[in-house]
Amino acid sequence: MSEKTTASSDTSRKEAAILPPVDVIEDSAGITLYADLPGVPKDRLSLQIESDTLTLEGDVVLDFPEGMEANHAEVSLPSYRRVFTLSKELDGNKVLAEFKNGVLKLRIPKVDHAQTRKVEIKVL
Amino acid sequence: MLLYRTLFPRDVFAELERLQRDVQQSPDLSPNIRGFTRGGFPAMNVGGTPKSVEIYAFAPGVEPSSLDVQIEKGVLTISGERTHEAVPEKAAVHIDERFSGRFSRVVSLPEDADSAAAQAHYRDGVLHISIARKEAAQPRRISIH
Repeated sequence: MSEKTTASSDTSRKEAAILPPVDVIEDSAGITLYADLPGVPKDRLSLQIESDTLTLEGDVVLDFPEGMEANHAEVSLPSYRRVFTLSKELDGNKVLAEFKNGVLKLRIPKVDHAQTRKVEIKVL
Repeated sequence: MLLYRTLFPRDVFAELERLQRDVQQSPDLSPNIRGFTRGGFPAMNVGGTPKSVEIYAFAPGVEPSSLDVQIEKGVLTISGERTHEAVPEKAAVHIDERFSGRFSRVVSLPEDADSAAAQAHYRDGVLHISIARKEAAQPRRISIH
């Protein structure tokens, strides 16, 4: 799995978004991805897998009292977006997603035949 | 910057003031005694209305029970801990960007903030603290008879 950094013509047209921090951990059976998306309600999170591209997107929804003015803003864009390219051995059809307290957990298993097999060495 | 639809309502003057503050806070000019917290965890947005001070701390993946919010002598402190998810044995960590460990961030409150009238909610990974301003400080229209 690698990150797509070059903006394709499709993404460059979109608005600026925050790049959420992620952790990516790989074990023999698949990849686990955690992404921090604070302020995104479950129904405003979007996950898409299109051929080999995984796109995470979410909108920040905060409740503001009427007439609020900002004094200091470290989170100043209204959405998150990050795009990854999945390598062939990952199975995009069997992704499991959990979303709790603004943290997304994605489990992307490897296709069965791609799981590492120990090669036995016969000593003749 | 102004071309983007911004999340936080702000006017041009606030933006200019922020730029000026950023310049003033650059390391060589006037270091803050508590260090340079921009980019720290949790990220914070602070706003206000005539009636209240609103603080948003972006702290995803933290158990609300482990968050500690204290107001003492006009200084608000948000602290807690975020633990890393266990990495299984023989697993490879390819990207490791998320914060883990203990954190603490401090905000100086305006003088009219009433620390007794503070409310805190945690939703979708954001801690929202709303502190009412003292009655006397709220603008009052004086009627002319």
